[in-house]
Amino acid sequence: MHGRVKVKSTAQQEEEKRKEREKKLKIYVAARDACFSKRKEGIWDEGALQITQQLLSSNPDFGTLWNYRREILLHLETVKDEDEVQKIYEAELSFLESCLKVNPKSYGSWHHRDWVSTRLPRPDWARELSLCDRCLSLDDRNFHCWDYRRMVVKMSGVPVDQELAFTDRLIGSNFSNYSSWHYRSTLLPLLHPESPELPSPPRPELPPSPQTHSHRVCEEQLLKEYELVQNAFFTDPNDQSAWFYYRWLLGRAEREEMISCVFVSREEERVSVAFSRPVNAQSVGLLLLLDGKPQRVEWRSVHPRFKHSPVCICDLPPGTISDITNEHNLTVHWMDKHTHRDCALYSGRTESWCRDSATDQELFRSELSVEKTSVLQSELQSCNQLQELEPLNKWCLLTIILLMRALDPLGYEKETLAHFQTLKEVDSTRSAYYSDLCSKFMIENTILKMEYAEVRVFSISDKKLTTLCHLDQLLLVTHINLSSNQLHRLPPQFAMLQCLEVLEADNNSIENLEGVYHLPKLEEVLLKNNKISTLADLQPLASCLKLKRLDLRGNPVTQLANVESELAELLPSVSDLLL
Amino acid sequence: MATEELPSEFDVVILGTGLAESVVAAAFSRVGQRVLHLDRRSYYAANWASFTFNSLLTWIQQHHEEPQPEELHDWSSLLEEGEELIYLSNSDPASIRNLQVFCFTSEEDEEEEAPDAPNTTAAVKETSETESADSKYEETNQKPEEEEEEEEEEEEEEEEEEEEEQLRKASQTEGEEPEADQPTPTAAQSQSEPTRKKISYNQLVKEGRRFNIDLVSKLLYSRGSLVDLLIKSNVSRYAEFKNVTRILTYRHGQVEQVPCSRADVFASRQLSVVEKRKLMRYLTSCVEETEEQRAYNGRPYLEFLRDQQLGDNLQHFLLHSIAMVTEDTPTEEGLASTRHFLRCLGRYGNTPFLFPVYGLGEIPQCFCRMCAVFGGIYCLRHSVTCLLVEKETNRCKAVIDSRGQRISCSHVVVEEGSVGADRKRLATPTRFLSRAVLITDGSILPSNSDQQVSMVTVPPIAAGGLTVRMVELCPSTMTCMPGTHLVHLTCQSVGSAFEDLSPVVTRMFRTPQSHDQEKNPSVLWCLYFNMADGSEVKGHDLPANVFVTSGPDGALSHEHAVTQAESIFKKILPEEDFCPPAPNPEDIIYDGENASSTGGEDAGENASPAGGEDAGEEEEARQEA
Repeated sequence: MHGRVKVKSTAQQEEEKRKEREKKLKIYVAARDACFSKRKEGIWDEGALQITQQLLSSNPDFGTLWNYRREILLHLETVKDEDEVQKIYEAELSFLESCLKVNPKSYGSWHHRDWVSTRLPRPDWARELSLCDRCLSLDDRNFHCWDYRRMVVKMSGVPVDQELAFTDRLIGSNFSNYSSWHYRSTLLPLLHPESPELPSPPRPELPPSPQTHSHRVCEEQLLKEYELVQNAFFTDPNDQSAWFYYRWLLGRAEREEMISCVFVSREEERVSVAFSRPVNAQSVGLLLLLDGKPQRVEWRSVHPRFKHSPVCICDLPPGTISDITNEHNLTVHWMDKHTHRDCALYSGRTESWCRDSATDQELFRSELSVEKTSVLQSELQSCNQLQELEPLNKWCLLTIILLMRALDPLGYEKETLAHFQTLKEVDSTRSAYYSDLCSKFMIENTILKMEYAEVRVFSISDKKLTTLCHLDQLLLVTHINLSSNQLHRLPPQFAMLQCLEVLEADNNSIENLEGVYHLPKLEEVLLKNNKISTLADLQPLASCLKLKRLDLRGNPVTQLANVESELAELLPSVSDLLL
Repeated sequence: MATEELPSEFDVVILGTGLAESVVAAAFSRVGQRVLHLDRRSYYAANWASFTFNSLLTWIQQHHEEPQPEELHDWSSLLEEGEELIYLSNSDPASIRNLQVFCFTSEEDEEEEAPDAPNTTAAVKETSETESADSKYEETNQKPEEEEEEEEEEEEEEEEEEEEEQLRKASQTEGEEPEADQPTPTAAQSQSEPTRKKISYNQLVKEGRRFNIDLVSKLLYSRGSLVDLLIKSNVSRYAEFKNVTRILTYRHGQVEQVPCSRADVFASRQLSVVEKRKLMRYLTSCVEETEEQRAYNGRPYLEFLRDQQLGDNLQHFLLHSIAMVTEDTPTEEGLASTRHFLRCLGRYGNTPFLFPVYGLGEIPQCFCRMCAVFGGIYCLRHSVTCLLVEKETNRCKAVIDSRGQRISCSHVVVEEGSVGADRKRLATPTRFLSRAVLITDGSILPSNSDQQVSMVTVPPIAAGGLTVRMVELCPSTMTCMPGTHLVHLTCQSVGSAFEDLSPVVTRMFRTPQSHDQEKNPSVLWCLYFNMADGSEVKGHDLPANVFVTSGPDGALSHEHAVTQAESIFKKILPEEDFCPPAPNPEDIIYDGENASSTGGEDAGENASPAGGEDAGEEEEARQEA
């Protein structure tokens, strides 16, 4: 017959546990000390291997001991034959497996495993791969394991299609996993490249290297991917990983590096050059030919605050082009990129330019997507469908905005603005981000309208602008109207408006004029009802030598004592000052 | 057989080792009560038992035998002053009826399966007297073979090739052990091979120990009361579980997977993206109670679902497979069971259910084991013949066991089957459940993995018809031999189990009665029977300290039995904790003198809980490891 059982009292248990802990600590400290002294003495034997193993199996995050272990192993490599070394390292791998069970995210264990795997004379990559799969099935976001797995895949040359199937599996079990989606984005261009010249997947011995291939994926596969990712965001529209993958799928153009505009002004004897991307004015490697003769000029950015700028300027030696009766031919060579742009300055003309417009390049659309209109249209349809079901989902709204912009930025302007309004309400913590993004899109639209109208007037008043961008596109603008927006500053990039004559910026919250700097043609600055409060804020205007008219009514600075006389001293050219 | 006398005094005597009784036993023993736990049967778990194929055959045999008239001993000699006897029934003929067994596979191993082989050589063992079934079989026996109806030439060519292949294989494997060419689980998967070799009846018998066939078919809700109890009491350490891997449903003549978790919804191929969104939204939104829902109280859940604009697909899934209710279930009830389903989702896997490895019969045995660890005494094939009642107080003072020993006790718990008809208050006639157990040669929905455990809801074929619940178990649950699946069907009885369930079996599986269903898995062997539905607790004329537990109910969950056990425990010991956590083995001090002598519990044969059977031995081994 079974005896009655009694349960130990808690105090008794506590006491026993305490004693046990004490005993364990004693053993641990003793072993650690023994280890350190052995290392000091330079003992690299199997006994030391034993003792570090004991310690590491209870605490796998003891980096020094892993180092000691590597020293021992390297030593043993020199004294043992290959079979023995193989055995030692195999034992090491199974020991590491037990360490990973203690802490599956131990930096030390994973790093050591990486090291051992690469030193193993006859590595068993299949085993390593299955270990990774087991680890990832326990925690599909264990980045140590992801890192290690990448190494294993690279070393063992797992075929790309198998790896794609692996991501299928992971995404299938839990699609909230950036690692899997991202891995997919690197595999697809290898397996299904866009161009038909690369029909076969790369041979396994070539390590997958996305850099050597196009980032685009063939259309058939892309359509499958759209379906897959739609399934994800329809299932859970609040999960961002799928949305980010979707953004990647829609793709964006890699812009050709080129000189987009050359502008020459006779009066200032200055050449301004706009590039498709910011360049370092000093080291970009530009050569200016004037009537076939190279000129020694100094290229600089438009503002000392930045070296890299999409617009560079240089001054020609005095008198070179000042005679209005002369005709000149300029060529700017961008040596590094083997590209150039010509510009003819005819007699009787004070200025001249040569350019590609934003509309020619479909600049703003290709920044969002390079997909065909039909694809974008059907994607927009799906998103609209989702939005009907989830009117307040921010990811969906944002994606709809982007799709609309890629399709027809001007046609969808009204809807876009309405969606931005909803976005600011449902995601109020990011309302400033949405305001800035909306400003960017409004500016793009205004640029497009200006280009279609072929004028040099840029007017964008009362559009709730919070920031200015794409200012390199406004190189030729003579008249800008930014009135009644929510701008706080005119940033240094504003100095790219080299042709600007009239600046209207009434009714904003501008307190900083940093960008109104060395604008050679600027004559009129209207800053009624802004927040300029000190004379120092007006300092940049002093560099604009042609400034004649300045309206500062409704600014705090007007309340200063002696403001009129101080301004007269600061800005001697201004004849028409409104305070 | 040991004839050692039992101690003459206990706190609680419990009769029957079904789930409710076993939980009660563990609960009492755990708080220090002296428990005597008896079962007149030779096996544990009463109508909750799981059997190997061979012991199931024995069980069937027993139920076909005429019940022996009970010999009534006169135990009045043991009566003391002021006492009277209440005789208990020692057999329970009423709880199981209408047993029918069919075998659709050949008796002997087949050398090869010629196109017309299955029907001509299939030995059908019809052990019941039902004529209708017999004649049905006869009819289909004459039916031309399905393959012959295939007209397409290509198909025939393929078949010929395959036949040749088969012949070659057969000649190669001649003389080998029969196991050698048993279909492996993977082979069983490939439904398209028409000439796949069937597992013979002999093989089923030979491999009979690999089966653990449950009499009841239930699942554990992963946040249901049984799982909570197993965890709370630490009884879980005696058992192992597998996730039910998928929820299936049968509609438009097809088996479909019901997407219920996020991953399922994502992967589903049957749902459009809009349906996916609607389903996910419904599943997340219905968790909270809203005014809108309350407005539907008392009205059918179906109506509520309809008004959610979900569409037919989703409505079907939600009503039949997720809420698992009928079309006229009221909204509040439908929502409650939907929520319960959702709460259980994701705790252990992608479905809300668990299934115990080695079958449901393990669970009562685990509780018995806990009871035994804390001193409970177990005897099988041992019963109580009568209760001794003190007339004055109308309390049961003692019981007389089947060997005529008088045993004092303060409380008695008896399974309902032991209560004689004279003690039952007149009530509505007993309701029954219809059950079918099939051994098939493949899954009803083949997939990448051949180790799927599926819960299948089969809604009424016609309006107002029967809702059938089906559980398909794979060999890795240790309930059937490799190459087979074990299928349990359950519904509320209208007629006999055969009448209720065979239409569903014929439709979803390949039997000699089914037509044009080459794609469905074949039924190798099947059993139909009715079991009393224990969901109603009836009144009894018994002393106040005698408690009656009912047998298994028809619900999917174990709620009923656990609630019953807890309420009995609370009535007797209202102050005590119900199944408090058992301490770790190392924290238990056994009484010195008794620790070594543990033989006494084997008073009855095979009496070590969860230890007598195959499964139990494995269990022990696991425990020790």
